[in-house]
Order: sequence, then structure tokens, then C-alpha cells
Amino acid sequence: MVVQTPNGFELDNSGRRIVVDPVTRIEGHMRCEVNVDENGVIRNAVSTGTMWRGLEVILKGRDPRDAWAFTERICGVCTGTHALTSVRAVEDALGITIPDNANSIRNIMQLNLQIHDHIVHFYHLHALDWVNPVNALRADPRATSELQQKVGPNHPLSSPGYFRDVQNRLKQFVESGQLGLFKNGYWDNPAYRLPPEADLMAVTHYLEALDLQREIVKIHTIFGGKNPHPNWLVGGVPCPINVHSTGAVGAINMERLNQVSTIIQLCQDFVRNVYIPDVVAIGGFYRDWLYGGGLSSQAVLAYGDIPEHANNFDADQLHLPRGAIINGNLDEVHDVDVRDPEQVQEFVDHSWYEYGTPGRGLHPWDGVTEAKFELGANTVGSRTNIKNIDEAAKYSWIKAPRWRGHAMEVGPLARYIIGYAKGHEQITAQVTGLLRTMDLPVEALFSTLGRTAARALESEYCADLQRYFFDKLVTNIRNGDESTANIEKWDPSSWPKQARGVGITEAPRGALGHWVSIADGRIANYQCVVPTTWNGSPRDTKGNIGAFEASLLNTPMERPDEPVEILRTLHSFDPCLACSTHVMSPDGDELTTVKVR
Amino acid sequence: MKPRETFYDVMRRQGITRRSFMKYCSLTASALGLGPAFVPKIAHAMETKPRTPVIWLHGLECTCCSESFIRSAHPLVKDVVLSMISLDYDDTLMAAAGHAAERALEETIEQYKGNYILAVEGNPPLNEDGMFCISGGKPFVEKLRYAAKDAKAIISWGACASYGCVQAAYPNPTQATPVHKVISDKPIIKVPGCPPIAEVMTGVITYMLTFDRLPELDRQGRPAMFYGQRIHDKCYRRPHFDAGQFVEAWDDENARKGYCLYKMGCKGPTTYNACSTIRWNEGVSFPIQSGHGCIGCSEDGFWDQGSFYDRVTDLTQFGVESNADKIGMTAAAGVGGAVALHAAVSALKAAQRKTQNDVSEEA
Repeated sequence: MVVQTPNGFELDNSGRRIVVDPVTRIEGHMRCEVNVDENGVIRNAVSTGTMWRGLEVILKGRDPRDAWAFTERICGVCTGTHALTSVRAVEDALGITIPDNANSIRNIMQLNLQIHDHIVHFYHLHALDWVNPVNALRADPRATSELQQKVGPNHPLSSPGYFRDVQNRLKQFVESGQLGLFKNGYWDNPAYRLPPEADLMAVTHYLEALDLQREIVKIHTIFGGKNPHPNWLVGGVPCPINVHSTGAVGAINMERLNQVSTIIQLCQDFVRNVYIPDVVAIGGFYRDWLYGGGLSSQAVLAYGDIPEHANNFDADQLHLPRGAIINGNLDEVHDVDVRDPEQVQEFVDHSWYEYGTPGRGLHPWDGVTEAKFELGANTVGSRTNIKNIDEAAKYSWIKAPRWRGHAMEVGPLARYIIGYAKGHEQITAQVTGLLRTMDLPVEALFSTLGRTAARALESEYCADLQRYFFDKLVTNIRNGDESTANIEKWDPSSWPKQARGVGITEAPRGALGHWVSIADGRIANYQCVVPTTWNGSPRDTKGNIGAFEASLLNTPMERPDEPVEILRTLHSFDPCLACSTHVMSPDGDELTTVKVR
Repeated sequence: MKPRETFYDVMRRQGITRRSFMKYCSLTASALGLGPAFVPKIAHAMETKPRTPVIWLHGLECTCCSESFIRSAHPLVKDVVLSMISLDYDDTLMAAAGHAAERALEETIEQYKGNYILAVEGNPPLNEDGMFCISGGKPFVEKLRYAAKDAKAIISWGACASYGCVQAAYPNPTQATPVHKVISDKPIIKVPGCPPIAEVMTGVITYMLTFDRLPELDRQGRPAMFYGQRIHDKCYRRPHFDAGQFVEAWDDENARKGYCLYKMGCKGPTTYNACSTIRWNEGVSFPIQSGHGCIGCSEDGFWDQGSFYDRVTDLTQFGVESNADKIGMTAAAGVGGAVALHAAVSALKAAQRKTQNDVSEEA
């Protein structure tokens, strides 16, 4: 059957149905089903979030000062970003302002997370969609060395001997017969296009990035005590500053600051000398594989983040841009107000939840979630053994958030399109530069490759911003301000009886918001609308499809039984299913508890 | 195809000489309380054993355990994955997906029946017929049972697999259930924490590879070597606690001097973990060192013990040891000297027996 969606896509579910479950190399659990036509082109796509944890119902009745720790555990990959969003929501509700130093430290931590997350995503979750490690065995290490010196001349690890050592290690690994993580990969699929020398370079950087990522998170360890899951504080940051006096070794002191500075340099060097050159080099071999654009050329959304000044979230005061683009009109960037009940709404007609009234959309402050796991009449298989899902009915643990009724893409590409459309200085310069280097038109941005490239560019910008806020922090300390926390309203007796607030961030995967209501010192309601809820959303009441589903359409598959292209495009969003599928309102205690196994 | 790479090959490749290798084998033998006659046996095992297959499953979780694991500094995680274990299934990191991934799981189980380690991150929810966590169209709990059946041993990574963690906090809407309450016929090593420390995770795995046995476990099933003492026992701010020097408010003068965080709700006095000794991310810091109290993330049910900022009350200022005994933990292992060696060997044997007992008790 051919269906035209209101947001302009044609769905045809008549062809062969292909199921990918589990979708691997993502955070959490996800399923994807597609229909391909006789030419192996994807004509229908169905994305299903396959996990749910119910964190908001768990938050009900808790101390709002504790909420950051609970919400941080929504995701250990984008660790910290939910915690930051949470403390911002609680501070907004209670009217708590934070000191400048806390703003700088929070920004440094959030930026550090962006860079870390993007690097781990590209090298350890996404690279194997483009790079064939088995093919790297056939490389001439001298050719790899030449390639490395050409694309990343400032990276010191570039000798033929270095690449030969890595290749030998890989060879022994493969010859052991125990392929480990590479087992059952699609290594003879023609969708892999890199020449052996590029594959070897990329595999080498897979290993280098594995070493690097554990170094760069130490910024979280210094300010937050550990990573993953550093500690945060309502009213500021928990780490005191003492650079002058006795006891400085128990606080942020000169040695700690020096370590942070060193790590920032490491981030800047790796992103400039390795990450971006790799994306350009690998992208060059796929420059005509410009599928996967989906919603990106039509509807993108960002809340913005990285405030220049503490407590000021005005759009023009944020380093990462805010805005919404709809109907593909890049000439008009709409302002976004997360408090407006008409703007962000969630629908559940195709999600395993129930509102009571079909077709209803709810703003998160009024959010209701009642879990209702039921499968459609056309499901193939059974309730606990699904062979094919029925997308005409409820089919996902993810809700369908919409902005003024529009399905939106969020994430690095959305931020970069909005930044570019708004004429954001650094973003425009980066985008223009990359397109020139790769000799591609602007339209090339709206693709799987564009999403992957935006992530790399953003890492560079974030690394520079880390430096900027580090300098700002040091300047402020030099000017005599060592304050890191505001405790005026720490005590619950100082709070209003009723309050509600919202916290926003740009998580690595896109726009993130937490909406909290507080009554009598306790959490009365807590709702999160997270990036993968936007991107991975199922269809809404009107039949609009979300970003994942839209991006898969019209992509030809080399071998329909080997989902390389599906993985490539889904991974370009960096899906985070634990984030997207935890959502539940306090009304969830009406949740029908089903029989216990 | 060449024969599989063994421990010996790996060690040789990493520049360890034959002589050093034999010395390592003899040290291993004596550390285990075995006579010199066992040295060639250990050497033979190390020379012929393939990398131990590991199946790593994910239930309801946040992936912080995997993220922590890849932070390991010693050994580096690339060395663990390339040279020490064979990570044959891990949906977060593996190249294959869908059917090809499922096949990798089946093949590993078939090929290494009874010889692979099952590592579990997260836990199965039991409500909604288990369909709050679906993998391959089926409830995750089925996949867990399937992979557990032929495992040699199970590692429960983190607070989720060990105790339930955040999704099991009140009122636990999905009925998220720790692994040992679903699997009762296998030795289970709990490595709690949210997440566990990276080097503790790789330490537990390499211990099992090196000594070919399960680590000594405490009564809760945690490796005694890493979870035998409280954060408070080894905290570098302990002298301030004993001297009565406390942080009274966030960012006050005492906070800037690094005084004790007890009054700010630090759960170090009741939390068994290695944070104050091994510390985090290559020893850079740990929560208390960075100014926030411990939230007790390696303890059972830590989400439901009141606010993280409530002061721990059931605490005696002095007399740590009697308190530790009262709680009923096993005595700390890892002491030196000849007499101690004998004791340690007995403890290891006892631990093996105890593991079995614990399992049957909990079943």
C-alpha cells in the first residue's frame, strides 16, 4: 500500500520486509523494519524503541536536589548532560542563580562531553559502517603513511612502521580465528568503498581514539570526581576553588587547572589533526553516497546551549544556536519557547502509552504517561515473539514529540543548519570551509554524511569553546572570585510551596529539556523530552513520520540481507534509546501492573 | 588458519621473555599456594589456552558500565579486547547487527559451551511479560536465560545487574530485577557501582584469566579485594573526620580546605568500594576529592536511602573494625608474609565453596 505522509514522504509497504533487531552499536535497544522494492531500495521504514524504564515515576516525591543523580542515570554515554539539564530545571523552578565560575565549569564539562561523545561515536560506534577492518590487512603501510601525511600532516603518528605494527597486530587478531567484535561483520559487502590504505588509517585511529577518550574525560573527574556519572550540585558546582591558600590540595588548585588546560589542548589537537581529516578523507570516498537526509532539509530544531553569562539563556547569549526551521525554509529561523504549551507537545497514538483521548498532544508540564503494551492486528508473531511489527497500531516505547505539530530532526546537523541559516560566525565559517575542501554544494549537508561531518565540525568548535571558558574561569579567579556555589536557597524551607521550571541543554544528540514541578519541597511531576525521542519518534496522529524513518527512505541497499546502509544512516543520528524511552509522568503510578513472570 | 593465539603468545608479543614468562608462572603457582610441580602445568595452560570468550549482554541500563570499561588505563581496553578476551558478542560495540548478531551469539554459545564468561550490564524487567526490554522481538529475560545456561560464570556489571539500580528504585514500575534473582544455578560475581571503577572491571576479568578461578567474594557476592573496605576507611579526608573538621555548607571555607564531607551527606562511611584507594580515571580523583560526598552508588538500594544530602546517622566515630564486623563482611584479603599466604590460600578455597553456597542460598 502506498501512503503519502503529511510531511511529504511516500511510504510503500508492499515490498519485501527486512528486520534488524537488535540494531547494534547504539546506546540501548532498538528495532528497525524496512520494506524494499524489487531493486533493493527502501520504500518504508519503521523504527521501534524497545526498552522503557519509567524514571519519572521513580522521581515523584523525591528531593529535587537529588534529581540530577537520577536523571544522570538516564544515560551513561552522554553522561552529565541530563544532570546539567536537571539542575537547571530545579534552579529555574526555585529561582536559584549560580556564580560565574559555576557557569564556566559547567560549560567546560558539557563541552567536554560533546567532544568525548562525538569522538567515541564516530570511531567506536559509527566507523565500522564506513570502514572495513579486514580490508586493512591488505594495505601497504607505506601507502597509509603517505595518506596520513597528506590528510593530517600535523599528526605525529604517521610513519610506515607505526602503521605496520598496527597491521601486524590486527593480522594476528584476525588469524587467531577469534574475531571478537568483528565477528559476522559484512566485510565482503560492496557498500564498503575505502581502499585498504584508508581502512588501515581508520582502524589505527579507532585504536588511538580508544586511548584518547579515556584521557579527555579526566576533566569530568577533576570537577565532578568521576566519569562516567560525575557529581553536580543545585546552585553551582560541588568543587570549591582554592588557588592561593592552605588546603588548596583539597580543591581546584593550580595543578588541577593545569591538568584541565593540558587536556583541552589534547582535544583541540586530536579533533583538528585526526578527527576532521578522517571525516574528510573517508567522506571523500563516499562523496556521491548522499542518502539519508530525511527531515534535515525540512524541519530541524535546537534549544541552544553554552550560556556566555551565568543564568542567562536568551538566544543571543548562547554559543550553540537556538531555533526552529520548518517547511524547508532556511530563510526563516523561528524562535523557540520551551514554556509555551503550543510549541513542544508529545503524542502517543503509535506509542505504547495511553492518554485516554486519541490524537491529543500534551506539553511536558502537563505530560501524562500510562504504559500500554499492545500490538496491532497485523503483527506477525506473538506478544512475546514479534516477527514483524504492525506500524498501523502502537509500535514503540518512544513517544512522538512535535514542535507546533511538526516532526523535527535534532542533533549536531540540526544545530549546524540553524547556525548556518542564522549566520552564526564560527559555524558558517566551518561549514563553508568544509564544503569548499570537499567540493560539495550546500545541499550535501542534508545527508547521512552531513550529519557525521557536522558532528566533527562541532567537536572542533566545542574544543575551542572549552579553551574560551577555561580562560574565562582563570580570569575570574585572578580577579578575586573563587565562588562556585550559591547556597541561599539550599534549604527547602526557603522554597515556595509550589514551583515549576524547565532546564534546557544541547546534548550531543540534540535538544534536551527537563520540565519539573515542585510542591511542598518534593518533586510533583518530572518530564524529559530527549533528542532520540525527537529523532526516533514513531508516527503521530496525522501520520507524520519521524527523523529516523524519513532518513532511511529511498536508500538503495547493496544486499538487502546485510543492513550496512540502514546501520550507517541510523548510526549517523547516534541513537540513544535509554534516553528516549524512559519517559513517564507521575500519573504513571496508575500503570497497569501486568502479571509477574 | 593459524592456531588460536594463547596467553603465552600474547605475553611474548608484548615483549615478555620466555624466562620472565616462567618466572611469572612460578609466582602464580606460589601465590596460589601450589608447589613447584605445578609450574609446568600453569605454563602449559598459558601456552595453549585460547582467549576466553566473553558474551556481554545489555538489559535495562544506561551503558555507563561499558563507558567505564573503555576508560580502563591498566590494562588498556584495546589490549583487553584484542589480546586477553574474545568479546564475541556485545551489542554496544560489535560490527554485526540483527540476524548476523544473533548468529554470533548462538555460535559462541555452541562453540564454547560451559567455557565462556557471561557479562551482564543492566537487568531484565519482568512486568509486561518482560516486554519493557525487547531484543530480537522477544523479552530480554529470555536472551539472558539462554546465554546463562551454558556460561562458566556470570559477571553482574554495575548496580543494575547486581542490585537493580535506578529503574528498580521505588516503585520499580517495570519490575527491573537483578541477575541473581533470575539466574540461580551459576556462580555470579557482582561488581556493583554506578558505574564500577574501570580498573576494577578489568581487574576482575584479568584476575579470572590469570588465576583461572573466581575471585574471593564477600557475603553479598562482591570481590573482596575491591569491595572489602569502606570508602571512609581509606579516605584521605578521614583525619578531618577524626579531628571533627567538617564542611558545614557548600563552598564554605572548610570546603576550600578539603575538610570532611560527612555533614553534607557523604555516604563514604557506609559504602564498600575502592574509590578512595584506586580512585577514578587513572587515579585522577574521586567524588570526595572533587568536593561532593559519596552517594553510595555501589550499595544495594542506594536510591531509596533518603536524600544524598541527608547525614548518615548509624555511625560510630571510632572503632571502625568492630563496626565492619558487625555488618558481617569477610576479613580483608591481600596481606603479606608466609603465615598470611597460608591464610590467603585457605580464604581462596573458602571463597570458592562460599560462592557455591551463596548461590544456593540466594536461589
